[in-house]
Amino acid sequence: MNASRPDSTPDAAFVEFDRVQKSYDGETLVVKDLNLTIARGEFLTMLGPSGSGKTTCLMMLAGFETATHGEIRLAGRPINQVPPHKRGIGMVFQNYALFPHMSVGENLAFPLEVRGMRRAERAAKVARALDMVQMGAFANRRPAQLSGGQQQRIALARALVFDPELVLMDEPLGALDKQLREHMQFEIKALHDRLGITVVYVTHDQGEALTMSDRIAVFNDGRIQQLAPPAELYERPKNSFVAQFIGENNKLPGIIEAFDDKKALVRLATGEVIDATPVNIRARGQQTLVSIRPERVEFKPEMMPPGVHRIAADVLEVVYMGDIFRTRMRVAGSEDFVMKCRNTIGQRRLTPGERIEIAWHPEDARALDPM
Amino acid sequence: MLAMDATGADAGRGGLTTADGKPLKQALATAQSRARRRALLLVLPLLAFIVITFVVPIGQLLFRSVYNDGFSANMPQISAWFRETEPGTEPDEAAYAALAADLAAAAEARSVGVVGTRVNYEMSGTRSLFTAAGRKAGDLKPPFREALLELNGTWGDPQLWGVMRSVSSAYSANFYLAALDLARDANGDIVRAPEGRRIYGMLFLRTLWLSALITGLCLILAYPVAHLLATLPLAKSNLLMILVLLPFWTSLLVRTTSWMVLLQEQGVVNNTMVALGLIGEDGRIQMMYNRTGTIIAMTHILLPFMILPLYSVMRPINPGYVRAARSLGATSWTAFRRVYLPQTLPGIGAGALLVFILAVGYYITPALVGGASGQLISNLIAYHMQDSLNWSLAAALAALLLAGVLILYWLYDRLIGIDKLKLG
Ligand SMILES: Nc1ncnc2c1ncn2[C@@H]1O[C@H](COP(=O)(O)OP(=O)(O)OP(=O)(O)O)[C@@H](O)[C@H]1O
Ligand SMILES: [Mg+2]
Repeated sequence: MNASRPDSTPDAAFVEFDRVQKSYDGETLVVKDLNLTIARGEFLTMLGPSGSGKTTCLMMLAGFETATHGEIRLAGRPINQVPPHKRGIGMVFQNYALFPHMSVGENLAFPLEVRGMRRAERAAKVARALDMVQMGAFANRRPAQLSGGQQQRIALARALVFDPELVLMDEPLGALDKQLREHMQFEIKALHDRLGITVVYVTHDQGEALTMSDRIAVFNDGRIQQLAPPAELYERPKNSFVAQFIGENNKLPGIIEAFDDKKALVRLATGEVIDATPVNIRARGQQTLVSIRPERVEFKPEMMPPGVHRIAADVLEVVYMGDIFRTRMRVAGSEDFVMKCRNTIGQRRLTPGERIEIAWHPEDARALDPM
Repeated sequence: MLAMDATGADAGRGGLTTADGKPLKQALATAQSRARRRALLLVLPLLAFIVITFVVPIGQLLFRSVYNDGFSANMPQISAWFRETEPGTEPDEAAYAALAADLAAAAEARSVGVVGTRVNYEMSGTRSLFTAAGRKAGDLKPPFREALLELNGTWGDPQLWGVMRSVSSAYSANFYLAALDLARDANGDIVRAPEGRRIYGMLFLRTLWLSALITGLCLILAYPVAHLLATLPLAKSNLLMILVLLPFWTSLLVRTTSWMVLLQEQGVVNNTMVALGLIGEDGRIQMMYNRTGTIIAMTHILLPFMILPLYSVMRPINPGYVRAARSLGATSWTAFRRVYLPQTLPGIGAGALLVFILAVGYYITPALVGGASGQLISNLIAYHMQDSLNWSLAAALAALLLAGVLILYWLYDRLIGIDKLKLG
C-alpha cells in the first residue's frame, strides 16, 4: 500500500522503549526496566509465558496504558502524552474486536471515516484492503457471519487500511486451529514483506515466533531475557530460561570443573565429565545447568567429534514419530534425557534396555547459570 | 428403528416407514405423545393461574367497558318501547305509561337508584329526577304524560329521552365515547363533549407526555450508572448493584413518603436552601403536590427498571471494541457514539419501553404527591372505580390505555424488533 516513505533509513530506531517501567498497583512492577529498539520495517516478536508483561508493553505502545516510568518514542518523538487515536498505530486484537453492529465494509471504512476521508476514496481503499486479504466478496457480511479465520483477515485488513507504519498484533492467531494458524502466519509475513510495515507481534507460541520474526524478544518476569534473531535464540540461548522456553531441551545439572573462553568441563551429579560451551560462567566450582538440544545428541561413534567425552546412556523408550525417532534415555541420573534421530535409510533402531554411549559437539551443549 | 428403503419405494407415498411398517410420522407422534402429555400436566397449574389472574380479569374489563345493564335490566317496559320505535320518535302516552310502570316497579325493587345512576353517567343531574319520581310513581294516575310532567318538567326533555334510548340497550360504545371526550346528542349523533367536560383527552396527553419525560430522565440518569456498574470489577459492581436494588426491598409507600418529607415546602431540601441563603423564607420552592413532585418521585422509583436492562446489555460488551475504535483513530466521543452506544441500543429500547409502560399506568405515586396538576389517567380510573362507581367508564379508560400500550409495543417491534429486546 505505501512502500515508499520519505525518511526510511533502514535501521533508524523507529520504536524505542527507554528504561520503561510499569506498575498497575503501585506495589509490583509488571514491566521492569524495558529497553528495546525496533527498526523501521522490522518484524519483532515478543515471546514469553503468560503474565510476563507482553500485552502490557503493547498497550503502553498503543497508548491504552501509561508508562509508570521511562519514555516511549515513535520515530524519534516521545509519545507518552499522545492519546491513542493520534498515534496512528494499527492494532489487531486477540479476539479481533470487529464491531458487531457494522458490516465488514463499514468496519474497514471506520478508520478512514474518522480521518475525514471522502466517500469515494474510502470505498476504493476498503476494496483494495479487502482484496489484499482475499476477502473482496464479503464486504456486506456482518462479522458474526464469518468464520474465525475470515474474521482474522478482516481484523488484519482493518488494522492496515489506513496505512499505519506500525502495526501491533496481540496473539492474533491464538483462536485459530493449527492448520489455519500456519496459513495465516505465512500470509501475515507475506504482507509484512510486501508493505514494508513495522510489526510488533505478541505470542506465546514459540513455533510462530521462530518462523515469522526478524528478531524475538523473550520476556519473563517483566524483563527481556534475550533479544536475538530466531536462529541465534534457538542455538545460542543466553540463559537457562531462554534455553528451556524455546524448543525441547535436555538439562543436566553439574559443577564447573574447568573452563576457558571456548570450552568448559562439567562434572555431573554421577561423577561423569562432559564437554560444554560456557555461557555466563564466572568461576570454577560454580553450579551449572548444561542444556543440549535433543537433535544434537549423537550415539553413532563415527558421527561423534574426536576427543570429546562420551557418556553412558540406558535406552528407556523409543517413540516412532514418522520423520524422527524420539528416544528417551537415562543419562547421569536423569530419566528424561531425549535424543531425536532422523528416520533416514540405514538408521539403526535402538531398543529399550540397550546400553549405548552418547556424545555431542561441545558447541551444542551450553553450560548456563542455573535459574 | 428406521427402515430406509434402498429402492426409495416410499417416496411415492411421500413418507418413510419404521422397521415394522408404521408410517414414520405416526410413530414419531406416538413416541412423543407421552412426553407431551407429561409436559402439559406440568404447565397446567401455571396455565390455570394465568387464565384466572390475567385472561379472565382483562376479559371482564373489556366486557364491562361495553356492557352496562343498570337501565335495561330494571326498566323492561320502556326499554321494549325504545326497541320498537325509531330513534327520534316523540314519546307518546304509551311510552309514558311504560315509564311510569317501570319506575314504580323499580322503586318497589329498590333499584331506581341504579337506573338513575346509569342515566346520570350520560346526563348529569338526573339521578335525583329518577329517585324522586320513583318515590311517587305508585300514586301516578293516567294520563301519565301529564302526571310525570307535573312531577318534573325535565321528563319532557328530548335530550333525556335520547339518553334513555341510548342506555336502554345493555351494550353500548358510549363509555368509549366518554373516555374520548365525545358524547351523543339527542339524535344519537356523535359530537364533542361540552367544553368544560373534556378532561380525559387532556389527561391522556398529560400521561403520555409525563411518561415520556420520566423515561427520558431515567435514561439520562441510568446510562452512566449502568456503565459504571458494567465496567467495575465484579466484586465492586455487585455491591453497587445492591444499592440499585435496595429500593425494591423498600415499600413503595415509604419511598414516596420520604420524597414528601424531602421536597415539601417545609421539607428538608427547602429548609437547607433557606438555611444556606440560596432562597428567601418566602421564596420556598413548591416541589410537592404538583407535577414536579410526580416527575421526581416517579423517576426515582422507575430508575432501576432502566438500569437493569442497560446493565445486562453493557456487561458483556468487550472493552476491546472501544479500544479498537480508539486505535483506529477515533476520539473517545466518536468511539462512544459510533461503537459503544449502538451496541447498547437493545438495552435502551428495553429499558425505555419498560419504564414508559410502567409510568403510563402508575397510580400510587401521582395520587400521593401529584396534587392536581400531577394526576395521571390512572388516578381518574381509580376515581371511577372507587368514588363515582362508574366501572364501565373506568374499564373503557383502562382498555384505551391497554390499547395504547399494545400499539407502542407493536411500533417498537416494527422499528427495532422485539427479538432485540433484552431485559436482563
Ligand atoms: N489492568 C490490569 N490491572 C492490574 N494488573 C494487570 C492488568 N493487566 C495486566 N495485569 C498484570 O500484569 C501482569 C502482566 O500482564 P500481561 O497482560 O502484560 O501479560 P501477558 O504477557 O500479555 O500474558 P498473556 O500471555 O497471558 O497474555 C500480569 O501479572 C497481570 O496480572
Ligand atoms: Mg497478553
